[in-house]
Amino acid sequence: MGLDIRLPIGFLFSIFGVLLITFGALGSLGINVNLEWGIVMLLFGALMLFLGRRGTKI
Amino acid sequence: MLRTIDWTIMIVYFVFVLGIGAVLKRYVKTSTDFFLAGRSIPAWVAGLAFLSANLGAQEVIGMGASGAKYGIATSHFYWIGAIPAMVFVGVFMMPFYYGSRARSVPEYLRLRFDEKTRGLNAVSFAVMTLFSSGISMYAMAKLIQILHIFDAPFAWVGLPQAWIFHLSLVISALVVLGYILLGGLTSAIYNEVVQFFLIVAGFLPLVWLGLKNIGGWHGLKANLDPSYTHSWLGMSNPHTNRLGVEWFGLTMGLGFVLSFGYWCTDFLVIQRAMAANSMNSARCTPLIAAFPKMLFPFLVILPGLIAIALPTQNLANLAGTHATTIEGRGLIPAKMDASGQVIRDKDGTVELDYDLATPNMLLHYFPTGILGLGLTALLASFMSGMAGNVTAFNTVWTYDIYQSYINRTASDEHYLWMGHMATIFGIALSVAAAYMATRFNNIMDMLQLVFAFVNAPLFATFLLGMFWKRTTGHGAFTGLLGGTMAAALHHVLTLPQGGVPGVKGGWIATLHVYPSEMAQNFWTAIYAWTTCFVITIVVSLLTRAHDEKELAGLVYSLTERPTQHGLHWYQRPAVLAVVVLAATALLNIVFR
Repeated sequence: MGLDIRLPIGFLFSIFGVLLITFGALGSLGINVNLEWGIVMLLFGALMLFLGRRGTKI
Repeated sequence: MLRTIDWTIMIVYFVFVLGIGAVLKRYVKTSTDFFLAGRSIPAWVAGLAFLSANLGAQEVIGMGASGAKYGIATSHFYWIGAIPAMVFVGVFMMPFYYGSRARSVPEYLRLRFDEKTRGLNAVSFAVMTLFSSGISMYAMAKLIQILHIFDAPFAWVGLPQAWIFHLSLVISALVVLGYILLGGLTSAIYNEVVQFFLIVAGFLPLVWLGLKNIGGWHGLKANLDPSYTHSWLGMSNPHTNRLGVEWFGLTMGLGFVLSFGYWCTDFLVIQRAMAANSMNSARCTPLIAAFPKMLFPFLVILPGLIAIALPTQNLANLAGTHATTIEGRGLIPAKMDASGQVIRDKDGTVELDYDLATPNMLLHYFPTGILGLGLTALLASFMSGMAGNVTAFNTVWTYDIYQSYINRTASDEHYLWMGHMATIFGIALSVAAAYMATRFNNIMDMLQLVFAFVNAPLFATFLLGMFWKRTTGHGAFTGLLGGTMAAALHHVLTLPQGGVPGVKGGWIATLHVYPSEMAQNFWTAIYAWTTCFVITIVVSLLTRAHDEKELAGLVYSLTERPTQHGLHWYQRPAVLAVVVLAATALLNIVFR
């Protein structure tokens, strides 16, 4: 099929990452989990977008 | 209480899954595209979908509940009850499923045996998937109601709270209907992969926060009885472990009969491998799925263990509790009857509502923002389970029932149209089954029991069919019926300890009392499988064998071995299988 699944995954995770980082910065156990997990999700999303754009075979 | 960011995350996700369906719509032109994704899916995508299609409510909520109730021994459902079967289907069975070019598991049965064996499997599977889908939808809507996450918006719009259940059902059904109608199996598979990553993203921080709070694995062990944190402790006797099952019943009943019966023959998961883009990809699909599968206990069972290990606290802000409730253990509230009274067993001990272990962990540890992500992951798991059932149903209905018995000579375009129709009425019937579960809980228990009787002997039929060329259609059909009857007979003559005759068994007489319901289920499966195996062999020897030319590609001894020339070592099924089995053995040793 003509759609590389890594592109939508990367896009979705990047959106969620940005949302969580924004909320974590502006808005559990003393940890700002929104900010920290938002960064992880954004990085994972960016990696997926990069691999999807390059068409790297898995 | 959910805030704007939580709702934003949920809405973005729902729009996204429908968007994937819309993008894939242009690629769906034939019935093969719709039902089998054009056999174009890469191994890693098919592998994650193979795993995710099984990630329904049973997995995420049920395994958390079992973790709280039985402890780390729940991991047997993965390390004994899934991984060996996934390796077996990938290495030994997939060459027949994929190589025969069968479009479904029932169609393989027709090619290997005969029409009546296919018909029996197709009809029972179609009915079973609809009820499974309905039960999953019911569980989701019930959970949303208990979590009170829609209370505020409903009050704001002025809708009655009772509508939360109905609206949850309808919205989830419409979203799944939308993306399957648009993109068929490809859309379901792509969304299952997205759902897999989302479930990991939603539950990983939960485990991290929970372990951090309780002091890591050592802190968890310090707060719990050793029977919670050792998976093989006391397994020599059913009375000395939390599962109430001895090692033989566990390894044969769960590890062989039930798990091989599910992972090796259930079209819901096999369909994902059949959609792979090559024979080697199809064989690698369950093996790739086995890697995350073996680690999933840490994602879905640990939250339950943490929930029961925490100090008992005021649960007033969590789900399933009344404002003054402090009874319960850890984060798990006591079960309540309709009048709000705590339910106790005959010894006066408070009964805990284990199903709320994972949801209460989310509410306890996740602040606004990431709570929206966690709840979205929870909804994603329900939807992937539902979509898996619906795509399997529409394929079996169209190819194995409609094309075989109702309209044999229609055009491909017509079967594509019928696939769309089957998706619509499949989801409508699932919704009806969900409402049936609300009104007739005992009937649903009975139906699940009947499905268990039908499924238990199935692997014996496939094992003999694929590895003994002398097996005949009459043998397979008679064996399946005999195995199902043996399961029913065993059930009506036995009871679990503390059970009363009825749905739990013992209708005719009680010849044996098992130490637990789980032990009774495992032994029912063992009797069913053995009966089917013996009857199939005997009847096959008494009936005329198939012509060997007809069995090429369907039976091990008459099929060329798949070649592995030009493949890297990490692409070879045998290598992946050895790595998976070694890692699983290691996990069993570490957590013994």
